[in-house]
Amino acid sequence: MAASGQMKRSSHSMDKSIILPPDEIFRNLENAKRFAIDIGGSLTKLAYYSTVQHKVAKVRSFDHTGKEAVDEPLYEISVQEEVTARLHFIKFENAYIETCLDFIKDHLVNTETKVIKATGGGAYKFKDLIEKKLQLKVDKEDEMSCLIKGCNFVLKNIPHEAFVYVKHADPEFRFQTTQPDIFPYLLVNIGSGVSIVKVESEDKFERIGGSSIGGGTFWGLGALLTNTKRFDELLQLASRGQHASVDMLVKDIYGGGYSCLGLTGDLIASSFGKSATEDREFSKADMAKSLLHMISNDIGQLACLYAKLHNLNRVYFGGFFIRGHPVTMHTITYSINFFTKGEVQALFLRHEGYLGAIGAFLKGAEEDTDPNQYSWGENYAGSSGLMSVSPELYPMQRTRSGTFPFDMLEMDRLDRQLVNLPLLLDPSSYIPDTVDLTEDAMAREYWLSCFEEALDGVVSRAVASQPDLTDAKERAEKFSQKYQHKLKTLRQQPFAYGSLTVRSLLDTREHCLNEFNFPDPYSKIKQRENDWALKFFHKVVKSLESLNWEERQFSLVKGLLAGNVFDWGAKAVSDILVTDPDFGFEEAKQQLQERPWLIDTYNKWIERLKGPPHKCALFFVDNSGIDIILGVFPLVRELLCRGTEVILASNSGPALNDVTYSELQILTERIAAMDSVIQSGVQKEQLILVQSGSSSPCLDLSRLDKGLATVVRERHTDLVIIEGMGRAIHTNFYAALCCESLKLAVIKNSWLADRFGGKIFSVVFKYEQPCK
Amino acid sequence: MEVNGYYFNDGKAEKEEDAPEKPPEEKELSGGGREDAVAESSGGGVPRERLASHSRTRQRIDSLKKNRPPFPWFGMDIGGTLVKLVYFEPKDITAEEEQEEVENLKSIRRYLTSNVAYGSTGIRDVHLELKDLTLCGRKGNLHFIRFPTQDMSVFLQMGRDKHFSSLHTTLCATGGGAYKFEPDFRTMADLQLHKLDELDCLVRGVLYIDSVKFNGSSECYYFENPTDPDLCQKKPYNLENPYPLLLVNIGSGVSILAVYSKDNYKRVTGTSLGGGTFLGLCCLLTGCSTFEEALEMASHGDSTRVDKLVKDIYGGDYERFGLPGWAVASSFGNMMCKEKRESVGKEDLARATLVTITNNIGSITRMCALNENINRVVFVGNFLRINTLSMRLLAYAMDYWSKGQLKALFLEHEGYFGAVGALLELLNPSQL
Repeated sequence: MAASGQMKRSSHSMDKSIILPPDEIFRNLENAKRFAIDIGGSLTKLAYYSTVQHKVAKVRSFDHTGKEAVDEPLYEISVQEEVTARLHFIKFENAYIETCLDFIKDHLVNTETKVIKATGGGAYKFKDLIEKKLQLKVDKEDEMSCLIKGCNFVLKNIPHEAFVYVKHADPEFRFQTTQPDIFPYLLVNIGSGVSIVKVESEDKFERIGGSSIGGGTFWGLGALLTNTKRFDELLQLASRGQHASVDMLVKDIYGGGYSCLGLTGDLIASSFGKSATEDREFSKADMAKSLLHMISNDIGQLACLYAKLHNLNRVYFGGFFIRGHPVTMHTITYSINFFTKGEVQALFLRHEGYLGAIGAFLKGAEEDTDPNQYSWGENYAGSSGLMSVSPELYPMQRTRSGTFPFDMLEMDRLDRQLVNLPLLLDPSSYIPDTVDLTEDAMAREYWLSCFEEALDGVVSRAVASQPDLTDAKERAEKFSQKYQHKLKTLRQQPFAYGSLTVRSLLDTREHCLNEFNFPDPYSKIKQRENDWALKFFHKVVKSLESLNWEERQFSLVKGLLAGNVFDWGAKAVSDILVTDPDFGFEEAKQQLQERPWLIDTYNKWIERLKGPPHKCALFFVDNSGIDIILGVFPLVRELLCRGTEVILASNSGPALNDVTYSELQILTERIAAMDSVIQSGVQKEQLILVQSGSSSPCLDLSRLDKGLATVVRERHTDLVIIEGMGRAIHTNFYAALCCESLKLAVIKNSWLADRFGGKIFSVVFKYEQPCK
Repeated sequence: MEVNGYYFNDGKAEKEEDAPEKPPEEKELSGGGREDAVAESSGGGVPRERLASHSRTRQRIDSLKKNRPPFPWFGMDIGGTLVKLVYFEPKDITAEEEQEEVENLKSIRRYLTSNVAYGSTGIRDVHLELKDLTLCGRKGNLHFIRFPTQDMSVFLQMGRDKHFSSLHTTLCATGGGAYKFEPDFRTMADLQLHKLDELDCLVRGVLYIDSVKFNGSSECYYFENPTDPDLCQKKPYNLENPYPLLLVNIGSGVSILAVYSKDNYKRVTGTSLGGGTFLGLCCLLTGCSTFEEALEMASHGDSTRVDKLVKDIYGGDYERFGLPGWAVASSFGNMMCKEKRESVGKEDLARATLVTITNNIGSITRMCALNENINRVVFVGNFLRINTLSMRLLAYAMDYWSKGQLKALFLEHEGYFGAVGALLELLNPSQL
């Protein structure tokens, strides 16, 4: 059964002297609307929608018509306020419910909201309290449909939501890649009883079975047997016990294994069988452990029988019995492995505790607009990681220590839908990241330290980017603390936000910068470098034109690589750029590794170029300045001359000194004015600019702007060029496409170069054709 | 046609009888049953077959004598909690035999048949005794005896005192204990055990006992109107064509077998939540110490004080999912609450334990039946001994949740089939 335990702690009142830190919890309440609440047996989950005022850096082209203003910058940068949508989810113990409601009432100002959607076993019980405190009408929603709705939402929108738990393994959490199609699946919700639900589509699900032996049985029977009252204490007790002293094992009956049936001696033949035949005292811990095994095995067995009957192999487990408890995740996993002989894996969800609240919220939201028309992204800055401050872990100790345990999840609405790149060879097996740092301890240690060391530089550039704002320094300091704290958490719990990757570390940094209103710390650097590089564009094109075909092709590639050296994200480079203002295009070329490169399929590329032109090339670009202007555009020009259409894909939002879509629009306009080939390409729509949908220095080809995917499909794209460390090395190095691809980057990090067996400024030039 | 298909292979045996050395097939040792079966059957083919084999039967009885194992005939099933023993008492002993019979054998026979209890814990289930049974050409009574596995050493001691080993008999034993206690049998009682697979014995025993009938009445029964407590009553069931059959053996733990023919069965699954769990939890929760006590308490208890029902959560039926209000939502779910823990009685706890374990076996069984596409389920095992509560609950659960598609069947000799199978193996070794 879905309902969680009705048992409440003896009192719901709490020490009113606890003051909620408003900056940290219940954020953006001023504009909050559409509340939803899920009240379970011990935890309350609150959800609301709010808008966030963000500072964003906007670029606007100066009017250059008429005359060439040589010394003026190409465009101006202004910081503007932008409003984005965000979902907030907060989880706390039921004991705090009254205080929380008071707090919300006091801070809720602009809302037009009249109702609050409510679900969970406690929704009825707290109805009057909620209505009185918030002056909102409580509108009850069916628990199971909320749960399923929430489950669909997280599976679709949060990468690395589902994981497999392997006790004693390193890492213990193995995150699953997001499947393009999440249906059908089985959800086994272990509340006080068990509900087994088959989910076939967004709107179609069915409770195909259940069991009365669930979390309530563990809790109730456990309390009777051991006189231990709290659920988490019972689990702790169980984790210390030895079930074999209470259970009758196969070897207790056989003296050994029952080999002809493949039953090993350690298998439980009869749960609690020893207490039936032996007249002695049994330890509380042993009984609790035996009970835990009995219930987990029983649920696992039923889940397997239902999965088999309905031919389903994705089985997710949730409910308060599972919620963040390694002990129960382990026993359930063990049981599933045993009963399916490893054919089905038990899957768990990072945000399992929020499913009901998310679902209830979505039900309310659907009444005006369909939230499913948007894509959503987990905000790493505003979300607690898995098990980092989880209130269900040892809540007693927390309460005693006077801290106020909250767990939060924030999801940002992305204005456009994100979809797979249609050219992925196998979307279901595509993993963007090259190295999973949860698995690779050495790499993890290196990158965590690397990001820590780079933090001072990031802080100073952030302050420098807002010279006119007096509080910049203070905010930068807060940013630094927040990011440091995230790094510390990740050092202890690398699995906190799913698989830990260089990409997630970079994205977390961007989220934290945004949080403290540093929307684009590199905007001025980008502006300066763009202006500077533009001055050389003509010269570079001219010198290329003087070369013969073969020399020109090599020079183009070399130029692109040299341009890619200008990456403020690489500490080795940013140190040079800060100290040596004269370091330019030619100096960068000098730094490059001579051929043969570290990865070198250049000859194959040249052979291909001697053949017929590509129909259309999709080019994921990287840095501003020299990279885009002197490296990318000459190559684009060459491709256009060959008759190949070019789609330039750039970030929707800023990340490091990566060129953004709006910057690239201005740059392209400017270059078109200087160069007839580019101009004609733009006019004839042979050169088009699209936004990637991303604001990351890395690239996830499974979450790209829908518009990009449409253009790629319409133009029959047959070549994908991915440039830069973040997009071609940290991610997508192994990405398999169903068309030709060229991945190229300069490795600007000696540790990483060393891993690849090379030195700093080694070149990766990886041209691939799809397997026939 | 013979009952059960159990005799089906007998035809083969008759064809093979040119080889007299070959051990006899089941047909002879189940002669009594065969007559019963024929008496009930009106099919024309059967008598004809009987006539045809009539003269051969005589011949075979002679050859039987040679191959027949010496008395005493025992079959033993040593489970995790109980030892089940079946003993064949020959009633057709001739004067000549009587004289030849050694004193030790006589004393064992007299000891077993003149008592109904042995030591402090051994019990003979007199009501289950099969009278005038013909086994291997001998007429006699089959006795059913049980004692706790814990008292195995007392049993072995008795075997030694009664010089059992001097009888040069083979002791056929099955169950896990046949393996576990084999060294003890050897060292303590100088007895060599012939170990047999427990599931082979179980299937064989069930098919055999059902075929010979229970002293003329039906071995197999079911509950009519299981969903109506007032109209629900026990009715004989004719298990003439038993296949396919789901066989659920509830001992300390539970094994679920799918039986497709006499020699074709598989273990589908099992669960550790069985009779041992019921008794074990009852002992811990109520301080009782025997199955009988636990059942007695359960019969006076009310599980709805302990369990959380659907209506406790939803106020009535959970219509969205077709769950009736009376269904248990969470076994022991009310016990999460301190006040309720303090208000329940031991009887309520015993009842809840019984209901929990029984329903769980019911739902696993139902899922197996669906997966295996079998609609008849026979429940056996000593958990069901004197346990009408569980049987009716199982009958109800099978019927209700399958909307009448599944039928729960029960057998009178609940827990003794493994031991019977072991005895049959003694008399008629399967050619493996």
